[in-house]
Amino acid sequence: MGMSRRAIVALLIGAFANAVPPAAAAPSGPPVRIGSTLALTGPLAATAMLHKLVGEIYVEQLNQRNGLLGRPVEWVLKDDQSKPDLARTLYEQLITVDKVDLLLGPYATGNILSAMGVAQRYDKVLIHHTFGIPNLAKYDKQFPTWSLGPDPATTFPTTLLNALAASPKPPKTIAVVTSKFPSVQFMSMGAREIAKKRGLNEVLFLEWEFGNRDFGPIASRVKDANPDFLWVGAIGLEGNQLLEALKKIDYAPQEHFYMYPAPGPMTKAPEAKNALAATIFEEHPPFTNNPKAAEFVKLYNERAAKAGLPDTSVETQAAASYTAWQLLEAAVTATNSLDDKAIAQWIKTNRVDTIQGKLRFDGPSNYGDDLMRVKQVQNGRWVVVWPPEVAAPGAKLLVQ
Amino acid sequence: MTLPSLTLVAQAVLSGVFVGALYGLLGLGLSLSWGLLRQINLSHFALAFLGAYLTYQLASVGGIDPLLTLLVIAPCFFAIGAAIYWLLARFAVTPLNSLLVTFGLTVIVESLIQWLWTADFRKLESHYGNVTWRAGSLYLPLPELLTLGIAVALCTAAWAVLRYSDLGKALRAAAEDAPIAAAFGVNERALAMLLSGACAALAAAAGLGLALSHTLTPSQIYAWIGVVFAAVMIGGLGSALGPLVAGIVIGVSEAVTMALTAPSWAPLVSFSLLIIVLLVRPGKIAA
Repeated sequence: MGMSRRAIVALLIGAFANAVPPAAAAPSGPPVRIGSTLALTGPLAATAMLHKLVGEIYVEQLNQRNGLLGRPVEWVLKDDQSKPDLARTLYEQLITVDKVDLLLGPYATGNILSAMGVAQRYDKVLIHHTFGIPNLAKYDKQFPTWSLGPDPATTFPTTLLNALAASPKPPKTIAVVTSKFPSVQFMSMGAREIAKKRGLNEVLFLEWEFGNRDFGPIASRVKDANPDFLWVGAIGLEGNQLLEALKKIDYAPQEHFYMYPAPGPMTKAPEAKNALAATIFEEHPPFTNNPKAAEFVKLYNERAAKAGLPDTSVETQAAASYTAWQLLEAAVTATNSLDDKAIAQWIKTNRVDTIQGKLRFDGPSNYGDDLMRVKQVQNGRWVVVWPPEVAAPGAKLLVQ
Repeated sequence: MTLPSLTLVAQAVLSGVFVGALYGLLGLGLSLSWGLLRQINLSHFALAFLGAYLTYQLASVGGIDPLLTLLVIAPCFFAIGAAIYWLLARFAVTPLNSLLVTFGLTVIVESLIQWLWTADFRKLESHYGNVTWRAGSLYLPLPELLTLGIAVALCTAAWAVLRYSDLGKALRAAAEDAPIAAAFGVNERALAMLLSGACAALAAAAGLGLALSHTLTPSQIYAWIGVVFAAVMIGGLGSALGPLVAGIVIGVSEAVTMALTAPSWAPLVSFSLLIIVLLVRPGKIAA
């Protein structure tokens, strides 16, 4: 007996309906409010802008995916003006006046430390992105997404010197020049110790106050010392300022490393050729083999260009920021709650899939693995060169 | 401890002269408005940075030679400076209150800069930046030489005008005793607006110096206030050459400190010099 035409059409419609996934339900109900501050103005604004952009991207993606716990997500963002004391006041306000459900950390070590104190007072979880001094992170419900490990002053200089030792011209002499900005100074002190243990001869050690305007005399002293390897404990533009001063006296360091440089300006400066720096993420394989990472990179590039940022690439800051949101979402979803205690407990006992890889938070000060890599400016862009298993395809550490 | 080479010390001195010239150029307009108009114009620094950003924009995007941008920017700033004086005079703002009002203007200008250019770093890449001259073993980078030249030219010109011209005499007379000067036919108000406009135009020139040698970011406005105030106070309020000389003394002292000892001691230098001058010559701060 043949089927009726009506029955065949009904069968086809049913088969088609099952093949097409149901549209994601729009989040509904009162919003889940996530509060944080960023340095929207002041000396830290240039980097905080990246975190704002990442947050906007993530909240948009989250709300397209049905929000958190089926509810829309609202990001309550305040401007701490790059001031730790103001960050402290604003975090108090976020908790007691704005009554946000969850917190996310601000930008930069000083402000994060202030926010941490407030979070501790109110027993709130604080996920933060770029805290530079792990041994100061004493609060047990704070979680860092910058994977520099619990003892970066030892582990990272070791990684870097391993990379240099494997290069065609391993250095024998080292000059350490550093800003006294806290998060770079302690790394530079660590570098001195590791260099000494490995038998490198320290030919120069200098410190300058953060905000120094004239790098001419420092450049002259570096040129006089002429080290095989120059470690520059620089943050932001200090590295570029020193390189410009070196260029003016016709000196190019043989191998040179900059702790936390402003990434865009360093790639654009011709004198920064082959400069080394630290990173947890760059815009090339194997990092972009992760589909979520690739999607984020594309979206960030577009949005950064639209926002008029001179440098639109994703690197440590943007990656750590995105990871922080991923961690928050994963913990809330897994615990099906906004309870800080439950969220903290879950984070400590689980590994989380992020664009940096699978992260854990069960080490000292809730730090996990050291995922700091060595990157180098090659042909006007940053490429990871060490360790070899995460180096950009075909990339090797170049020496002058 | 090995002694530094003579070349290193000499290069450090040169470096100090260059940065000191910029201190002097930044301090010139501030010194004249403070000494002759009794206005402590904090917005002078914001205007200098606005000038730097406009230089960057016209040169990098517009393709104009950075030095020629001054022909466009300085007249516009003259008008802004005259307007600022009009505002302060209209509301009879006292010298202390002028500090507060101009601080507010500084914040407004900083926000404007951030809105237009974002907080990210901007660097003027000009053909001047690639030129460095040699004098024996010493290096003389062209951008810094240009700034030094502009500073010396403008400070000397301002000194000559104040010293020898009728306009300068009238300005000094009005600053010393406005009613008596008016009795001798000096139009104090018109002269004050002229001077205020000129000081803002000098801020534009300082902005050119900043753009030629430094990377720009809005928050950097505040980084120069302390040391330039020190140069102005040591050089003498109302003095045209004083801030330049004081700026160079400060710059060289800082640079030699950095060359011979720990660079982190350099910030002590400018303020220690200021304290010594205030203790030794307190009555001589005003020109």
